[in-house]
Amino acid sequence: MNYLKAREKIARRVAREFEDGDLVNLGIGLPTMVADYIEDDVEIILHSENGFVGLGPAPVEGEEDKDITNAGGQPVTIKKGGAFFDSVSSFMIIRGGHLDATVLGALQVDQEGNLANWMIPGKMVPGMGGAMDLTVGARRVIVATQHVTKKGQAKILKKCNLPLTARKEVDLIVTELAVMEFTEKGLVLKEIAKGVDVEEVIKKTEAELIISEDLKEF
Amino acid sequence: MGKVINPEEVKDYLADEQTIMVGGFMECGAPLKLIDILLAEGIKDLTLIANDTGFTDGKFGSLIVEKRARKVIASHIGLNKETGLQMNKGELEVELVPQGTLAERIRSYGAGLGGFYTPTGVGTVVEKGKNKKEINGKEYLLELPLGADIALIKAWQVDQAGNIIYSKSARNFNQVMAAAADIVIVEAEEIVPTGELDPNQIMTPGIFVDYIVDFS
Repeated sequence: MNYLKAREKIARRVAREFEDGDLVNLGIGLPTMVADYIEDDVEIILHSENGFVGLGPAPVEGEEDKDITNAGGQPVTIKKGGAFFDSVSSFMIIRGGHLDATVLGALQVDQEGNLANWMIPGKMVPGMGGAMDLTVGARRVIVATQHVTKKGQAKILKKCNLPLTARKEVDLIVTELAVMEFTEKGLVLKEIAKGVDVEEVIKKTEAELIISEDLKEF
Repeated sequence: MGKVINPEEVKDYLADEQTIMVGGFMECGAPLKLIDILLAEGIKDLTLIANDTGFTDGKFGSLIVEKRARKVIASHIGLNKETGLQMNKGELEVELVPQGTLAERIRSYGAGLGGFYTPTGVGTVVEKGKNKKEINGKEYLLELPLGADIALIKAWQVDQAGNIIYSKSARNFNQVMAAAADIVIVEAEEIVPTGELDPNQIMTPGIFVDYIVDFS
């Protein structure tokens, strides 16, 4: 599967996780694409950590409002019924458990539910932004990531070796190959992509997987 | 006593080695004309507190590019490559703070609190050196208040008494910073006579504001 197809497949699958009325924060990059694939009969409310709910799509060219941007500083819109607030209120929503879910990318995620997505020592230190608050605060943490790195190395590990974003907070991992859920017993492989077999998923995953007795295709 | 001053007068309050809080989020809602004064006056050795260090080619970003800061306290520095370069060379001290923790530390200072316990950062490098406490079976970190000598605030409308209304997502850190510095200086898109703004719509009461700079 090529890069673009893989990203689309992940975004499409994550989009099916939400119920009508859910309040959701989408991280920058691949998670942002999820908004394009929400079913017509489901309406979710998007939270933008810089200070509003009701985040809408990018404006048409020429209609940008300098005072409405997303958390990446890009021009966006606000939907009817949306509301602006300050950074303190924005993180009350996040930390206070008012957010149904957050979708975040990953550098690494491990079988304990630990997530690393904010720095590579010596190479990339962008800062954690709102990611640490989102992972501890959102009721569900969904990791949307390609299954392996560009060099083919496993990203779903026994133990993360990069600095963590949060400890034991991840609930679900969605990749172009598989959907995996954290349970009390461990990380359960629930779904595999059409045309992919379980052996391939196991080979490309360092973490120990429990294969669901009710394994589905997506 | 009038709060409205001109761009010449504001220079009297700005100096090297100050700790300055600057509102804005990726430069949306940043007080760009006040930053221009910092740049033009050559003010240096600053400790800057802001959500992020902006863009390499942006206004706030220029404070970093021109090496005006000795220390930065921010949640994100990734869109200004210069910040990371200076940090790796040891020229700039960078304290990375989770965004919600940054906002709440500033709020604590303005609200006269000694800090707060947050679950954010537990089990990560953020917890290093911090007091941990278990509350109702869950682990929390003690985070301390954060204040500044000066806060530079961007308003949409301000009246001559300093009452502020912010615009849309340009509110971000401006509102909380307006209560957390010894001297609070406001740049606005519009300055109106006292009494023209609806008291019911005010987001920052004028009692927090020391000066309003009239750039017209």
